[in-house]
Amino acid sequence: MSETLLVDKIARRPAWWAGLGSYIRHRPFFILALLVTLAFLAIALLGTAVTPFDPTFQDMEAPMSPPSSTHWLGTDSYGQDLLSRAMAGARYAFLTGICSVLLGALGGLAVGLMAGLAGGRTEWFLMRIVDAILALPSLVMAIAFIAILGQGVDKVILAVGLALIGPFARTVRADVLQVRALPFVEAAGLMGIGKLAIVRRHILPNVFFPLVVQATIRISEAILVSSSLSFIGIGIVPPTPDWGLMIAEGRGFVSFAPWMSGVPGAALAILLIALAIVGDGIREQMDPKQRAGH
Amino acid sequence: MTALLFELLDVEKSYELRGGGAAFRPGPKRRLRALDGVRLTVARGDSVALVGESGSGKSTLLRVLMGLTSPTDGRALYGGQDVTQLKGERRAAFQREVAMVYQDARGSLNPRLPVLDLIAEPIRHHKLRAGPAVRDRVLELLDQVGLPAATLKRYPSQLSGGQVRRVAIARALASEPLTIVADEAVSGLDVSTQAQLLNLLVELQRRMGLTLIFITHDLGVASFLCDQIAVMYLGRIVETGPTRAILERPAHPYTQALLNAQPRFFAPIAQPLQGEIPSPIDLPPGCRFAGRCPRAVPACREDDPALMPSGQGRAVACIRPLTAAA
Repeated sequence: MSETLLVDKIARRPAWWAGLGSYIRHRPFFILALLVTLAFLAIALLGTAVTPFDPTFQDMEAPMSPPSSTHWLGTDSYGQDLLSRAMAGARYAFLTGICSVLLGALGGLAVGLMAGLAGGRTEWFLMRIVDAILALPSLVMAIAFIAILGQGVDKVILAVGLALIGPFARTVRADVLQVRALPFVEAAGLMGIGKLAIVRRHILPNVFFPLVVQATIRISEAILVSSSLSFIGIGIVPPTPDWGLMIAEGRGFVSFAPWMSGVPGAALAILLIALAIVGDGIREQMDPKQRAGH
Repeated sequence: MTALLFELLDVEKSYELRGGGAAFRPGPKRRLRALDGVRLTVARGDSVALVGESGSGKSTLLRVLMGLTSPTDGRALYGGQDVTQLKGERRAAFQREVAMVYQDARGSLNPRLPVLDLIAEPIRHHKLRAGPAVRDRVLELLDQVGLPAATLKRYPSQLSGGQVRRVAIARALASEPLTIVADEAVSGLDVSTQAQLLNLLVELQRRMGLTLIFITHDLGVASFLCDQIAVMYLGRIVETGPTRAILERPAHPYTQALLNAQPRFFAPIAQPLQGEIPSPIDLPPGCRFAGRCPRAVPACREDDPALMPSGQGRAVACIRPLTAAA
């Protein structure tokens, strides 16, 4: 009797729901990381609408107060609410992360495509420049660009984006070389399809998807580099609530007010780990070879 | 009089090899002759099967024929013009009139495009249909190769090996070609699918005078589909002629050996060919089959026989052909 009921229940469950259930069971970390990332993203989008205080409001009554019922995660030396500032900081983290990766990916796509398609001297020249850029860590590159461009959110995005062109260009070029050698590109040529159409219809889509995957993985690197710039004090300028900046501000008080650096530090660490897991998951999903089996 | 479509005039394709030396010191230069003096003419409406072991140069011959590889010596002509030098209208005509089916069917289809776009590409490119008629034509082609209409929205990764081959053949037919050049187009398919595709090709051949150049391992396929056969061995054509005559009375010992190696019902495989196909690098003088030939005499290791006509449209490159002995 009970058995038939169970069978009945299983049969009635919609297929996609069952699929989701097994997905959650097989990849709990991916789902958890995805939820964390989405939560950060939601906070970043909603901004001051959901923060308990104005992130730049200075509560002179309670400077450097430990976590309490009013200020859940404590306040900094100006009496600014750390929870509000950490939440507002998510917006800048995503803004700099996503925009600079977009910039880097587009630049890398252009350079990599040109190098991969042109070949010969052009390729040699472009790739030697990329090698030179890659010889320096992206943080050092970004510092160099900041030294030229100056400070501010837009400058940080530009600096980190430029520093990311190198690695993107290299992967795009490798993909272009690989795709170009595949028979379907030759077959399109035999049919008499024009060179531009071959690039647009046959090469670009096969290069674009790996690039998207690469971009999702690089967002965390971009966030880390831009936070590092603020931490060193050459990125985003105060009083903008940026995590790197907040960590730097709390650095001097870490022995008796550890929450000041701890809160933005934890926010940064949690987001980066979540993004890394999500990026890996997306890469596995996007790989057409792995997907072919399903 | 039949118009000649393809002509290969003493085509030679060799690759320079380096290597085999110690680190940082290249070894002596060696030459790999993938094709060595191949002559072949294909007239409109002909159907030619290229048979031979792996490594005998069949695929290289096809690439030279299609202008994908330029020969190191000799010329490959299409309609009397060098195939790599075709310009403008002639080039566009060649691109529409000749369609190729790749051995690696899956690799020849863009994995990011659905079947509809894959097959529609040549139709749209050559402006053979417009608007909604394109889709109808694709459906018609899918039906011809025996694939259901639902295949339209599938991606190559969702199709089986046999289905991918059929999509590749449908795409080759989409440009309404005069010639289909196919590299192992039907091998690896199950027998009923193979029969369906072979019947389709034979029908197109009869109805539209389709020219076929077909690489195959399967002598059965060759005899069903093709009037002419060219047997290749180590970059040379060793025997050509009408398929029926050659398969019934082979003149070259190698053709005989291939026939013997063909499995038959309830019979053990008689006299399998001894040894491996030798390396095409730095071949010894004399007939290149001499090392494996059961009929070889000392003269075979000195004289390299050329492909000589032996009557009835046949030609054979052997100093002791089987037909002469009989």
